[in-house]
Amino acid sequence: MKGKVVKTLTLMAFLILLLIAMGSLHPAGKPVNTEMDDYFIRNGQVQTGSNNIVSSVVFDYRGFDTLGEATVLFGAALGVFVLFGRNAR
Amino acid sequence: MISIQFLTVAVLVTLGLSTLIFKRNLIKIVMAIDVIGSGVNLFLISLGYREGGIAPVFTGATSMKMVLPTPQALTLTSIVIDVAVTALMLGFAMSIYRHYGTLDVRKRRLLG
Amino acid sequence: MKGKTEGMSVIVKTVACILTVPAYIFGLYIVIRGHLTPGGGFAGGAILATLIAMLLVSFGRNLERGFRKESLSVLEILGMSLFITLAFFGLSFTFFHNILANSGGLFGMSVEFGPNSGYLNTGGLIPVMNIAVGIEVFSALSMIILLMLTGMKEEKK
Repeated sequence: MKGKVVKTLTLMAFLILLLIAMGSLHPAGKPVNTEMDDYFIRNGQVQTGSNNIVSSVVFDYRGFDTLGEATVLFGAALGVFVLFGRNAR
Repeated sequence: MISIQFLTVAVLVTLGLSTLIFKRNLIKIVMAIDVIGSGVNLFLISLGYREGGIAPVFTGATSMKMVLPTPQALTLTSIVIDVAVTALMLGFAMSIYRHYGTLDVRKRRLLG
Repeated sequence: MKGKTEGMSVIVKTVACILTVPAYIFGLYIVIRGHLTPGGGFAGGAILATLIAMLLVSFGRNLERGFRKESLSVLEILGMSLFITLAFFGLSFTFFHNILANSGGLFGMSVEFGPNSGYLNTGGLIPVMNIAVGIEVFSALSMIILLMLTGMKEEKK
């Protein structure tokens, strides 16, 4: 019984901390510091040749993160194969 | 006052965390971790929102005011990693059920 | 208990067989037009992997003998190797340099600034990378689904 009260009070404190943190951000809809994204919107179509700016950011300007993500997916398939591959003949 | 998107993020993360602490079935714990991941993805997208902006695609665009494209690229990576981690956790849950016969996290079975 | 592992009824099997080919063409359409419309390799690969799950649910557990896991492994390795090899082509400038953009070659038409209806010939290395990632995501998710379904032994009642 005592454990449940302690856990509930900790969760309430965590919720109040999250609300204070969300209140100290800028209001949603008016972002600050947009120089990098303005450069992507102005020059992304002429430099890479694609109409989709999110695609050119994912595969051309920040392609190294996509390489890491493909490796994580490969590793997850490998892990499931190790767990379940033995009696699947 | 706080915007409606950030309030939803706080509610989602707190609900997921409370389920993670109070429930004793392993499948419900895995689902709670997934809900926390979805809350973080919503936070990432709503950081780069401009009022009255359209999606950053030039095919058939109606106006030139666009939302920021970089947080959307990071959210794409985060969603794929979330899927991979959930698949591996569910594989571990199936292995635990096959060996021990129960999915309760409070039964003392590993210490003999 | 006949009919427990045989799958669903005849109507479900017929409709699943008819709907498979148009749905695969739709998934490939989303993969190849990743540089013009929202979508790309990851979303298209997830759509293609969901169709394998639809076939498995409609036809029961006996269908998994029709898939060979060695072919799916080879496809996954092929997609990942193609993605890494494409990154090494422009190594004289940077690691992930786009060498086919604005060059007049395979995917290299120039586009000027402003809204336009999409042309498929543009984009440089981005459509090729989309195809490689689509193949890899489809193989990885299909292998996870097949292994989890049939990795457990049959329960003896």
